Amino acid sequence: MKNIKSVLLLQDGTAICGQGFGAKASSQGELVFNTSMTGYQEALTDPSYGGQILLMSNPLIGNYGINKKDFESNKVQVAGFAVRNLSPDYSHREADCSVNEFLADYGVPGITGIDTRFLVRKIRNAGVMPALLATYEGDLDISKLNVDFNYSDHDFVQEVTTKKPQKFGNGKIRVVLVDYGVKRGILNELVARGIETVVVPSFSSADEIRSHEPDGILLSNGPGDPSILTQAHKTIPALSNHGYPMFGICLGHQLLAHAFGGKTFKMKFGHHGSNHPVIHMETKKVSITTQNHGFAVDAKSISQDFDITHLNLNDNTVEGMKHKSKSIFSVQYHPEANPGPHDSKHLFDEFVKLMGGKGR
Amino acid sequence: MTRDTGHKTQNRKVSKVLVIGSGPIVIGQSAEFDYSGTQACKALREDGIEVILVNSNPATIQTDSDIADKIYLEPLNSEILEKIIKKENPEGILATVGGQTGLNLAMELHRNGVLEKYKVNFLGTDAHSIDLAESREQFNGLMKKLQVPMLQGKIVKDFETAKKFANEIGYPVIIRPSFTLGGTGGGTANNESQLKEILDLGFRLSATNEVLLEKSGIGWGEFEYEVIRDGDGNSVIICTMENFDPMGIHTGESIVAAPIQTLSDRENQMLRNAALRIVNAVGVKGSCNVQFSLNQETGEYVVIEINPRLSRSSALASKATGYPIARVAAKIALGKKLHEIKNPITGTSAAFEPALDYVVLKIPRWPFDKFSRSNRKLGTMMKSTGEAMAIGRTFEEALMKAIRSLDIKIPKAIRPAMHLNPATDQRIYAIFEAFRRCMSVDELYKETKISKWFLGRIHRLVSLEREIQSSSGDGVQLSKHILLEAKRNGFSDVAIADLFGNGITESQIRSLRREYSILPTYKVVDSCAGEFEALTPYYYSTYEYENEAITIQLHRSKAKNQSHLDEKAKSVIVIGSGPIRIGQGIEFDYCCTHAAFALRDLGFRSIIVNNNPETVSTDFDSSDRLYFEPLTFEDVMNIIENEQPYGVILQLGGQTSINLAKKLSENGVRILGTQFDGIDLAEDRERFRELCNKLGIPQPPNGTATKEHEAFGIAEKIGYPIVVRPSYVIAGRGMAIVRDRNELTAFITEAVDVSEKKPVLIDKYLDNAIETEVDAVSDGGTLFIGAIMEHIEPAGIHSGDANIVLPSIRLSDKEKQTITEYSEKIAKSLGNIGLINIQYAVREGTVYMLEANPRASRTVPFVSKAIGIPMVKLATAVMLGEKLDDILPNLQMPSPSYFAVKSVVFPFLKLAGTDIGLGPEMRSTGETMGIGDSFEIAYYKALLAAGSFVDPKKKSVLLSVRDEDKENAVQLSKLLSELGFKIYATKGTAEKIKSSIIVPKIGEGNTKQSDILELIKSGKIGLVINTPRKGGSSHTDGFKIRRAAIEKGTTCITNISTAFELAKALKKLSKHDLEVSTISEWNSHSK
Repeated sequence: MKNIKSVLLLQDGTAICGQGFGAKASSQGELVFNTSMTGYQEALTDPSYGGQILLMSNPLIGNYGINKKDFESNKVQVAGFAVRNLSPDYSHREADCSVNEFLADYGVPGITGIDTRFLVRKIRNAGVMPALLATYEGDLDISKLNVDFNYSDHDFVQEVTTKKPQKFGNGKIRVVLVDYGVKRGILNELVARGIETVVVPSFSSADEIRSHEPDGILLSNGPGDPSILTQAHKTIPALSNHGYPMFGICLGHQLLAHAFGGKTFKMKFGHHGSNHPVIHMETKKVSITTQNHGFAVDAKSISQDFDITHLNLNDNTVEGMKHKSKSIFSVQYHPEANPGPHDSKHLFDEFVKLMGGKGR
Repeated sequence: MTRDTGHKTQNRKVSKVLVIGSGPIVIGQSAEFDYSGTQACKALREDGIEVILVNSNPATIQTDSDIADKIYLEPLNSEILEKIIKKENPEGILATVGGQTGLNLAMELHRNGVLEKYKVNFLGTDAHSIDLAESREQFNGLMKKLQVPMLQGKIVKDFETAKKFANEIGYPVIIRPSFTLGGTGGGTANNESQLKEILDLGFRLSATNEVLLEKSGIGWGEFEYEVIRDGDGNSVIICTMENFDPMGIHTGESIVAAPIQTLSDRENQMLRNAALRIVNAVGVKGSCNVQFSLNQETGEYVVIEINPRLSRSSALASKATGYPIARVAAKIALGKKLHEIKNPITGTSAAFEPALDYVVLKIPRWPFDKFSRSNRKLGTMMKSTGEAMAIGRTFEEALMKAIRSLDIKIPKAIRPAMHLNPATDQRIYAIFEAFRRCMSVDELYKETKISKWFLGRIHRLVSLEREIQSSSGDGVQLSKHILLEAKRNGFSDVAIADLFGNGITESQIRSLRREYSILPTYKVVDSCAGEFEALTPYYYSTYEYENEAITIQLHRSKAKNQSHLDEKAKSVIVIGSGPIRIGQGIEFDYCCTHAAFALRDLGFRSIIVNNNPETVSTDFDSSDRLYFEPLTFEDVMNIIENEQPYGVILQLGGQTSINLAKKLSENGVRILGTQFDGIDLAEDRERFRELCNKLGIPQPPNGTATKEHEAFGIAEKIGYPIVVRPSYVIAGRGMAIVRDRNELTAFITEAVDVSEKKPVLIDKYLDNAIETEVDAVSDGGTLFIGAIMEHIEPAGIHSGDANIVLPSIRLSDKEKQTITEYSEKIAKSLGNIGLINIQYAVREGTVYMLEANPRASRTVPFVSKAIGIPMVKLATAVMLGEKLDDILPNLQMPSPSYFAVKSVVFPFLKLAGTDIGLGPEMRSTGETMGIGDSFEIAYYKALLAAGSFVDPKKKSVLLSVRDEDKENAVQLSKLLSELGFKIYATKGTAEKIKSSIIVPKIGEGNTKQSDILELIKSGKIGLVINTPRKGGSSHTDGFKIRRAAIEKGTTCITNISTAFELAKALKKLSKHDLEVSTISEWNSHSK
């Protein structure tokens, strides 16, 4: 790793040189920043980061290595990884390998030793932008590199969703989990509550989903622009007409909004971190939440059938909604955490309650 | 869970609140409570609350007239507080901003029914919750209910139970007294005899006479979570912290990193969940610190303790994150919810968790340079007096900056084995040295149990040292690559020059950096890792790409809504005083903060540079800009180059800032106020002696020696006793009174050693002279003397340790006139602009000049408060060219109709093996102030506030004085007998004073009569008066007597004058009741 160099080239022409790590490769993606101070392993493996180069604001990354437990999917999902200071060594009793080795194994390039705060501020002011991350040895003519990437052109969900239905857990209640890029944490929360969970591909039709005879349906998180997932916009209303209790998380929440005639918009730089305060409108109770999204639901566009239940205290964006008469609710944030605070795990209990009680 | 306050008072609408401060600075309770207290008072007043503040510490911003509505500089005890409550009738009390002192006092008022009687409600965290958190028994019970694991422990009230339990769980065991401060009285016992020794002290110090005996988790990692919770149960974690030093060392004694560095998110959330569950169950309404220990080899964790109040950790967390914890806690106390409170930094709500994009390191500052005989081993009891904090983008950078911020000489030749385990204050340097000697990370881990990741960082620094060293050679220039790498890892130019060798100097490295364009950049501490636009003007340096601290003028013109100042106003940098240490305490921070405030009023932009996380000066809104940086020439000069200020103020930060004067002026920096030559003229004894001669001002006969034999020559010429001291030192370090040739032989080696190339100063010691000092401001023409103060003890006791009164009580008008004349002459000759402190000794009508310090002294806050005139504000104005006559025409020295006394507190209890006798070397940590109509009452109040009180239930005194004090002892014992004291005395003293009970010497007691130590330990004695002979050997009986008194908590007076004045005060007090008045009530009696 010593002699590998790396360059991060932004669409606006900014080029930052640093030390390379991970795979010797070149990769493009949307450059986004995350402000979590722990949980880089969970972030790296979060399918919602598909198509994105992840920039960590916390300068010290890799201190506790990579372990066998904290995977949110079975591979590195980010397109590239940009940090201030990748720890040259790591120490933790559970650690299995270093971040460097981990990224190399999955063919993902990284850059370290760069002024990440400068980049965070740049994105904050200019918004997220496409970028290219390349690691190399010897010389590289940076002027010949070209950023040629448009995040909204891609259907990342297709790339990350399960190809065929899979069953997890046992119990009296059965949930169909529509996988738009589900984090393992969500699945674990259901299974831990004694729920038989059938993970189905994002492209499953309403009939296919119904064929599993679910007691409820969970619409998962996932990468990309919710407005282009037109099939889901149709499948969801069809399912809701059958009266299934439904719970949407993150992308699932945005898709619910679309399904009921609402709209989403691309945020300037999104919410990516573990410290987002969300207020519950009814109880005025504040939760600190994990968030990871670049699009948000337009409050004014939300169907009259829904109440807005949660707002983000920082920017007042919609964080949760609930159907006025049906057993449907959704949140923009991640109640499963991983990484981040566990303040909102009770939402899974509420979902279980909607389905008529205890799983086991 | 809802809780009531424990006593039934009808809910009163809160419009007036009593805030209890933390009193004098002591080990374990430092400036952090001035910081949090000040912030809390401001937050309360913002919401229209009338704030009644009680604090006995004059050197606090909190006790300034514009921080609270009414300020009582009164002793902190429940009788006095009851008087204040009765007089003021507040509806609420804020118990959580005055440290353990404030908390314990509020609990005492609750328990003895005072709060109920006057219908005063707890605001914020209430008595019930405090009890749950502080009482070991209740807390243990609660943890069991919550299923939060704890170390196996038991509350014990007697030794037998303790012994049995210790055998059950096995040694080592940890002893933690309930309701004490900074782990006082606690420790780790490896066997039964150690257990007994620690318990003897522990039982006595615990407010409830109970201690917790706990299985030792030595070697586990220690982690802290700083939580804020509102009345609705909304909770957020403000900051997580990881102790570099594992369990077994008090967190106040440990190097601490923020945020946590070595835990995975899963572990972090496990501890976060536990912290929130605990804080919720306890019912905290405000701030709370939760400490955990986690076994890094197995992953199991336990909760150690919680502090349901603002603390040293909360101050650190505030400075580390930028989140104003005390402010938010105060708003919560008034019933506000987190989301209703605004985060002044980002403009969003206070309900969020700060994200850091840097590493913060706190490192303690120990007083062992002053207490060289004391045991330097670190444990569960605090011994450090202060701390420095540093911020970097890497751990390595932060660590190097933190060490540099301590302002100490790094020990070079150190034997690692002596300091690793058990750890001493020098462990961090020993780790560096161990790596230099090729020990491995694994070996050091085995030895210290410090996380391998932390050790790896130091290993990396040592590798870099080698890289710099090995890149050197004949005619080789330091490469850009290596220099940049070194700077990014926090190496100072001085350190790089030393390592590279080849005769390269600091300034050459500085030029080379410029040549290579390796310049520091400044980043903002904004609580959100850059996610939101923040206008916090709070910066730290690092070597990165983008510099966010563009010069203040540009910055301001970009910021729209901050135009209370003229866009083009010039900026002035105020250099702070760094970590709190003996001799350089909170007083200087007070001065720097005042200067920042004054600069704003004068239309200048104020920039503070400091590195002490405990203080008000490093609150981000104290100045227009804050640089949290080490105070070395390099770091300060970098900031000056970045800011291009109009000038720099050096005279307020104590010796640390004054020491920069030479190099900064050589580098063309405009120093505001007295110039370097004036400073040098005052500090260089030869030059100063010539000046005094020229001005016709007498000095005690003196001389300067650069070699040993010269010292003996001078001593013989002027005659013993003499005072010897090195030049340019803080608070009389290495200073002593020497009475004969032998003592001089013994001492001179040490004194010369202390100051290296600097000469040793020798003065004739004036026996029994009255020492006086002056704090004044001069504008180059006019001198305004704030006060002529008088020491209660005779000359020879360091002015920082003396009890001091103003106005003077023994000086004649003529003597005062002479002092005024001399002061004017000296100030003018030094070209003094700004503050000056001048010390004199007066004997038989002659006024002798002792020393002049052309800078702020530690009595400036005391004087300012006593006379009601802000001395620093005047000084700041004149430093910027204003004339005293224009500011306050015809300003004369005030002659108050009341008396103000400054007393002091010492760290003797914490520092085992230390003699408590006083001399010319300063040893006190903090000060108190007492005001009264008469000197006696003021003196009594000051002593009372300092904890030197005589238990009225124990009217017995033990007298044991040296020969020269025996005449006075006769008078003293007469006075004490009249007051009804039973008098015990040692043989020599008893013969002189007669009519007393003779106490056998140590070891000479018998069945009928216990010896002197046993007598003290029995607790029958209310006051010990023991004046030590010179020499200070720890084998003398006197030493043992004094230590016994300290450890028994019996007031021990070591100076006959102090004792005399106390007896007189007691006499006066027998006829008067103590009354309470606000400082402004007193000040209005002036002039």
